[in-house]
Parts: sequence; structure tokens; C-alpha cells
Amino acid sequence: MSTVFIALQANEETRPIIEAITTDNPGAVVNQQPAMVKIDAEDSLVVRRATIEELIGRDFDLQELHINLISLSGHIDETDDELTLHWNA
Amino acid sequence: MDMKTSSGKKLGLKEKYRHMTRGLDWETSYQKREDVHPLVEYEGIKIHDWDKWEDPFRLTMDAYWKYQSEKERKLYAIIEAYAQNNGHLNVTDARYLNAIKLFLTGISPLEYMAHRGFAMAGRAFPGAGPRVACLMQSLDELRHAQTQIHSLSNYNKYYNGFHDPAHMLQRVWYLSVPRSFFDDAVTAGPFEFMVAIGFSFEYVLTNLLFVPFVSGAAYNGDMGTMTFGFSAQSDEARHMTLGLEIIKFILEQDPDNIPIVQRWIDKWTWRGYRVLTLVGMMMDYMLPKRIMSWKEAWEVYFEQNGGALFKDLARYGIRPPKWLDQISFDKDHISHQAWATFYQYGAIADFHTWSPTEDELDWLSAKYPNSFDKYYRPRLKFWREQAEQGNRFYNKTLPQLCQTCQIPMVFTEPGDPTKICYREVDYQGEKFHFCSDGCKEIFENEPEKYKQSWLPAHQIYQGNCFPEGTDPTAEGFDPVSKVLEYYNIGFGQDNLDFEGSQDQKNFAKWRGMATSNE
Ligand SMILES: [Fe+2]
Ligand SMILES: [Fe+2]
Repeated sequence: MSTVFIALQANEETRPIIEAITTDNPGAVVNQQPAMVKIDAEDSLVVRRATIEELIGRDFDLQELHINLISLSGHIDETDDELTLHWNA
Repeated sequence: MDMKTSSGKKLGLKEKYRHMTRGLDWETSYQKREDVHPLVEYEGIKIHDWDKWEDPFRLTMDAYWKYQSEKERKLYAIIEAYAQNNGHLNVTDARYLNAIKLFLTGISPLEYMAHRGFAMAGRAFPGAGPRVACLMQSLDELRHAQTQIHSLSNYNKYYNGFHDPAHMLQRVWYLSVPRSFFDDAVTAGPFEFMVAIGFSFEYVLTNLLFVPFVSGAAYNGDMGTMTFGFSAQSDEARHMTLGLEIIKFILEQDPDNIPIVQRWIDKWTWRGYRVLTLVGMMMDYMLPKRIMSWKEAWEVYFEQNGGALFKDLARYGIRPPKWLDQISFDKDHISHQAWATFYQYGAIADFHTWSPTEDELDWLSAKYPNSFDKYYRPRLKFWREQAEQGNRFYNKTLPQLCQTCQIPMVFTEPGDPTKICYREVDYQGEKFHFCSDGCKEIFENEPEKYKQSWLPAHQIYQGNCFPEGTDPTAEGFDPVSKVLEYYNIGFGQDNLDFEGSQDQKNFAKWRGMATSNE
């Protein structure tokens, strides 16, 4: 088991994104740090466009994540619908 | 001119990216491929199919400009507001600014070098995928240099030490550490550069620089640094992905690449780890309000995150970097050893040092139960007592420097923090000195490169670090004041203890004016 993480700036734009991530990744652990939020998950973590859109009530392009993204780890697979972080080992 | 597609159907992310990185590439016709990309073979890396390269983020140029410009607009709105509001008076205390001076002089110029390095690396690769990724990273790094200089220029209006980072980078003794690190990388071949910066630096190490330290800046009320730091790190997420991708790509292309890459991983992890000593000191000693210790940050971002990565790379036949035992032992020590060095050499530095308060010593004791009380607290207490009696200690003997990392020989033996570690190598009739087995082995692999190191202490002794026209044989010649002049460090203004400094007085006065009607 290895940990992947995504870190986002803590602001109004990321609040629904963080909520979507915790909804879609029940095991994820959210660490609040000054001005930022770091979300850890075992082996893989998924960010789903549909879940975010549901929460914000508008269309969302997953690449909007770049604006408030601080850091991440693991291999990335990005499609129009999902961004997945994972380790293979 | 509008280009219409026949079907009218929007392309998906993967298709758009494929068009940009494959469809727009071409084969050379009137020049040979080898002549157009002459640097791509000499390092011994074998690439059979450049099309196997996949950029996981698949950012197209239009999306790149769109999101980058949005980041810029946000950043400049915040730094303007911060400046207009005299935000600098909201930092916890003015000692904090010294960490930012070190950042501006030691790190921001590296952003500019990274910009140049990725432009060169991108030019060297025959594959369009890595070329596009290098182009974007090159632009990002230029943005980082610019936004850092813009954000920090606000402090230059009020405080000392922010006045001449580019000049200092080429001269000042401790700045040769980060400078030589990057010079080493950009003078390597394009593949080694990518492993050095794209992988070891971006993937394994920048998290330590930009995440906990910048979060610490926010905690200390420095909205300017928080803003440029996180804005830069939002690009780093892409850079780290590129770093990981380049490693996977090289390793999958040919088994002969594995030992070459392994040596680069060993070398650049150690090189980067040594440079990060400065960041360790900034976190443990220079943030008045601390969020986590250097050791804790190391455990999260290197041991946990880096560990997951090396476990993942094991299937390619890559083992974790060398000297990890020593690295792991030293996490209890290096930040303290670095602070002690800068405290002693505070007369020839472009920032202030000080004796930590009792509270801060207690925090360090709690965070470093295995080392601080036993090895470091007594020395700091002694220095503080001496300073209180008017004997603030300044070391006037120039330190011996490591030929590879260029850090003074202050690190201790693996497993014995009471004994300074010395290594040496005889090469071409000369003796070369090293701080560690890691730095020694790096030299032994490439002696022709490292024998040329421009070591500031040696250069001072050779008379190369005085202003032009200086006569060292003249009556009353004072080497230290001449070196400071050459560095453009103002004596009694930019250097010495924080206690009694102009920065300290001005900050207290201005904060008083901001919070009362006097
Ligand atoms: Fe950068
Ligand atoms: Fe060294």
C-alpha cells in the first residue's frame, strides 16, 4: 500500500472540489493546513467531473483544477470525465 | 482566420493533445535528423520510439494560456492588494523576512535557470511530446522567476538585503550552493537534465520547498510569498508529472538505460538533498510561527511520498537512491548544523541571524527529542549568553568547502553527530575535499567536471573576490570589508545579528504607527 495525495489551495473555488473528492473517495483523509488542504488516499484517488458539477450547478472542465492545484503524487490518468492518481505497486 | 472542422463535433482531450504533439510534427528532409538533434545520443540513452511518450496532463496550448493567464490575474490582484495595504507589517515579526531574503537570492534565480534549462532540453529532443512539455515548463519557470521578483520587490522598498539577488548569486559564498547545483544540471546532457530537475528536483524535492514552507509563509502572515509560492507550485504539479513520465519513458525504451538512470537518480537525489539543507534551516529556525519541523516535512514528502515512488519504480529494476541510511539519520541534525553555520558567519551573509528565544528552543527540543538537547541546545544557549554579554560570536576564518556541493564542511559522520565528516580524493596531483561519501562518489564519477568548481572560499584566498583595483598589500587592508563590497552587502545594514538591525527598528516603528495614533 502506498499513499497518493492531492493538495489544493483552501478557497471558495476548491470547497466543492474537496467535497466531491471526499464523496468519491470514502477512505480519503483530509488534512487542513494553513492556506491549503492536503488529501491523502491509499493507492488511488479519483476526481470526478460529474460530482463537482452536481455541487456547483454548472459545467466544470477538469483542467480548471490547475488554477488551485498545489501538488500531487502518483501516476496520473486524465480524461474529460475523471482525473485519477494511482501507484502501481 | 477561423478553421472549421467538417463534422462540427468537439474533440476530446486525448484527441486534441494527439493532434498537437503528433499531427503537427514533421520529419526533416534537407537536414539529417542527427544534425538537427545532435545532443540526444552522447549520454548513452537509447530511445526507439518517441511516440510512446504520453503526457498525462494533455494540456493543449489554448488551455495552457487560458489557465496560466487566470493564475496570473489572481496572483497580481493579490500581491497588489497586499502591497497597497502595507501587508508587510502583518508578518509575525521582522525576523521572518530573512527567510524570504534567502529565498529571493538563493531560489528565485534558479527559476530563471530552470527556464533556460528546459528551453535547451526541449530543443534537444526529437520527440514532439517531450518538446511541448519542455516548452510549457520553460515558460512556467520564467513566470516563476518574474512573479517572485515582482512579489518580493515590495519588500525591497522597506527592508535591507533584497537589493541585488542576481549579482549576489554569482559571488556570495552560500549562494554558490544552489547556483552550482543548477549549473551542474544545465551543463549535463538533455536526458540527465530531465532526470536531475524534472525528476529528482521537481518530483522528489520541490514539494518540500513549496508546500510546507509556503504554507508556513501563510501562517506567518506573508500573503505575497504564499501567493507566488502556491501559484508556482500549481505548475509544479505538471512538472512533477513530467519528471515521472520522463523516467518511465526512458526506462521502458531500453534496458541499457537502467544503470545510467540509476546513477543519475543516486547523484541528483543527493545533490538536491544537500541544497535542501537551506530549506530545513528556514523551516526550523526562520519561521517565527512554525507549522511543522523540517524532519516532519521530510518524513511526509520524502520518506512517504518518495518511498511510494521508488516502490513503484522497482518493477523497472530501479532501487531507491544511495545513501538513504545517512539521509534518514541526518534528518535530526542538518537544519541545526546549518543554522549554527550561518549564525557564525552572519558577518558575511546578506541576511540577519539571531539567537532563538527560549520558546523556540523548547519547540526544537520537542520536535527533535533525539538530538536537540544533547547536541545543539547547549551551543545555542552558550552563544546567546555570550551575545548578551556583548560578545556576539562571529567566525572570521573562512570554512573549507566541499568540492561537489560547495557547502562548508559542517556535516557530521554518518551515525556520529560529534565528529565532522571529511573525505578526500587525490586527482591529478591535487587533493580534493568532500563533505560526505555521496559528494565524494559524485566527484569520482566525473572528476573533469567537478575539479572546475568555483569555490568561493578558495576564490577569496586567491584574491579574486575584491572590487577591481583593490591592493591587498596596502596598509590596513581589511579583507572582510572588501569581500562585502564585492558582494554588494552593506556592512551593519544587510548583515550581522537581527538584534539591533535597521530592519528590526523600522519594523517596530512602522508597526507601531500602523496600530496606534502616535
Ligand atoms: Fe519553478
Ligand atoms: Fe558535499
